[in-house]
Amino acid sequence: MLGFIRQTVCNRGVSVSKSQLRFLVPGGRNYASGAKEMTVRDALNSALDEEMSADSKVFIMGEEVGEYQGAYKITKGLLDKYGPDRVIDTPITEAGFTGIAVGAAYHSLKPVVEFMTFNFSMQAIDHIINSAAKSNYMSAGQISVPIVFRGPNGAAAGVGAQHSQCYAAWFGACPGLKVLAPYSSEDARGLLKAAIRDPDPVVFLENELLYGESFPVSAEVLDSSFCLPIGKAKIEREGKDVTITTFSKMVGFALKAAEILEKEGISAEVINLRSIRPLDRATINSSVRKTNRLVTVEEGFPQHGVGAEICASVVEESFEYLDAPVERIAGADVCMPYAANLERLAVPQIEDIVRAAKRACYRSTSMAATG
Amino acid sequence: MAIWLQKSRSALTRPGLPDILNRRIFCGSLYHCNPYITSTFSRNEYPLHSSFLGHSLRFRASQHSKALQQEDQDYSVNDQDWDFPGGQVPFTTDMKFIAGSSKDRIHCYRILDNSDHQILSSNSELISKELAVKLYSNMVTLQMLDTIFNEAQRQGRISFYLTSNGEEAINIASAAALSNDDVILPQYREHGVLLWRGFSLQEFANQCFGNRADYGKGRQMPVHYGSNKLNYITVSSPLATQIPQAVGVAYSLKMEKKDACAVTYFGDGSTSEGDFHAGLNFAAVLEAPVIFFCRNNGWAISTPTTDQFRSDGIVAKGQAYGIPSIRVDGNDVLAVYDAVREAREMAVREQRPVLIEALTYRVGHHSTSDDSTKYRAIKEIQHWKTARNPISRYRNWVERNGWWNEEQESELRRSVREQLMNAIQVAEQLDKPLLTDLFTDVYHDMPSNLKEQERSLGETIHKHPQDYPSGFAV
Repeated sequence: MLGFIRQTVCNRGVSVSKSQLRFLVPGGRNYASGAKEMTVRDALNSALDEEMSADSKVFIMGEEVGEYQGAYKITKGLLDKYGPDRVIDTPITEAGFTGIAVGAAYHSLKPVVEFMTFNFSMQAIDHIINSAAKSNYMSAGQISVPIVFRGPNGAAAGVGAQHSQCYAAWFGACPGLKVLAPYSSEDARGLLKAAIRDPDPVVFLENELLYGESFPVSAEVLDSSFCLPIGKAKIEREGKDVTITTFSKMVGFALKAAEILEKEGISAEVINLRSIRPLDRATINSSVRKTNRLVTVEEGFPQHGVGAEICASVVEESFEYLDAPVERIAGADVCMPYAANLERLAVPQIEDIVRAAKRACYRSTSMAATG
Repeated sequence: MAIWLQKSRSALTRPGLPDILNRRIFCGSLYHCNPYITSTFSRNEYPLHSSFLGHSLRFRASQHSKALQQEDQDYSVNDQDWDFPGGQVPFTTDMKFIAGSSKDRIHCYRILDNSDHQILSSNSELISKELAVKLYSNMVTLQMLDTIFNEAQRQGRISFYLTSNGEEAINIASAAALSNDDVILPQYREHGVLLWRGFSLQEFANQCFGNRADYGKGRQMPVHYGSNKLNYITVSSPLATQIPQAVGVAYSLKMEKKDACAVTYFGDGSTSEGDFHAGLNFAAVLEAPVIFFCRNNGWAISTPTTDQFRSDGIVAKGQAYGIPSIRVDGNDVLAVYDAVREAREMAVREQRPVLIEALTYRVGHHSTSDDSTKYRAIKEIQHWKTARNPISRYRNWVERNGWWNEEQESELRRSVREQLMNAIQVAEQLDKPLLTDLFTDVYHDMPSNLKEQERSLGETIHKHPQDYPSGFAV
């Protein structure tokens, strides 16, 4: 289960909380000396810390970000370090604090707005789209909006319909916005730093279930100047038979699916999109031109989803290279149910990805789980 | 249990207490246990509301009730006050609901009386002749700008326009009372503020025609002006969104410790939007130096204020959010100037928000897409256009001071008209924006996909020029 937390020896450069205990889990993975591990939560916290330290105009605003240390503890320790002027606990009004943050961005500050979950961003979506995304264009460059909207997106575990929607496709449709979806700790650090430094409004879609996941991080990633380019996807696993594009939590699932497929003689190339808008069409298309088959994976609703856009892009650019119809794996076209068994059926599972890859390789025609 | 009874005996000897208890006993809420009571005790601690006290005292209270007066009294003694989250509150035994509105409406500040004489008892400073004349000529220019551009729309030369007819005093006087460093976040009926700050008639015309000289690069409908140089944030159509944004700007100014505030304008209708409430509430909490200026002009397109809210206007809402507020005669130049000047002083010196409600009337239609005679009496419009006109009221005062005359009036109007007609002509003839302006500013740096589309569009136009209007330069 991906939510399982692994903790390890304290990382160099991570100045989070003194009270956080770290210890090796017995039976956990062994690494060569020098390799560090970092949870996504710590990666985000350290990125925020470093960017706030480097630029006094960066400040954080959101519900419970200060005294409570963050609803998911992403902003832990920052209030103590930077004070209430730069870490602001807001009244409960997404529309209010988003509007205020946008106004502050109009006038040269660099707000990082936290939504407790992107489901609540809908109460502020007018400000995200009409006040932030469109302002640079509508003002002909007079008003730039260097703002970051971040928070958990997509399904968690047992939180029901109003807390589980994935907003990648909705935000990804809007010109003026940049939309990022990190998977690993390296992604989280690099992309959040890039987002904060970017002069355009950025929607940063995290995942609650990934916060506690640990990933290996190199010394380069831990450096305070580390930054990932926006708009570049990462090939997590090279392969030659089928391309699997995905983002956020589904990257982990796709990698597991690739291992299973490997045993059946199918070599899958897994692309971690990292950036929903701009979409790295070049990487996706060159991969499909190599493998000739494509499976898109996402947790969100199927209609008008990210997969639909990727499919259209591949059909437009690489039609002659396709040897099979594009397979789309997405969440079920229903509101997210609460009961655990139903919830499991409403989001893609590893088996769904494996079956889709097999269908794309003409090894199988089965659509649904049997038995 | 014993402890409570012991304390309660001493409680009974206090004047009026049995009366409270007597009343409380019959109140159903007595039997609800308030968890905060046990944690916030003052020196004479006894849980008046707790159920077991009520129970045990029922017998004793009835003995005293005959001895004491049963009259209603507003009972609050200091040692009876209690801390709740949020602070200490005095209590009362008088169950009185605060009325939805008070008998007397909140007073409206003015300096000019019904005959446009300056009320001598008013406590405002006089303005200089130079300022007085500048205010007047700007108001006249604004009025003429609106009239002529409105006509231009009717002639089909521009697609849309909206006037600030009737609100010239609000526009010009408020702008004059601010400093150029104050950042303005307008709704859309405040172009007079921009005029005061120095936006030229030609610049107004360029935006309305969306030509190549438009600072907005032809991106927006007419009247959506913006100027970084003049600290006037570009107009955006959705109502009230500028209110929390202004709080954000104010916060930014506060962090910079600048001698400046944010000023945001909005109409009576916008105060129904969620953003209004969120913005005011949050500004008070953040202690942001922002002036909330409400132009209560009686109408939100066809919705009169009686259908918009049931409070005593907007000024009554200020106190609910912890914001000092004032109601002012929006058609009285001197009053608006005075109130805004004082509000600005308060906002910057005390680093707090201030609310101003300026009562006025929207003489014109909502916009060129509206015909207001369909929902309001022509007589009403005429009344406000003539007898209550802010420009003529102020003119009376200026002329009485010997600072203006008929000759100057005709000269001003002639000159402004000429400039306006010229500006329109020039704006109409200027080329439309370059095609590259379709693709710039979506992001800070143009992304590759847009560069590709721009190149591709250019090629297409080059190949098939007959399919595109002439003058389409890439």
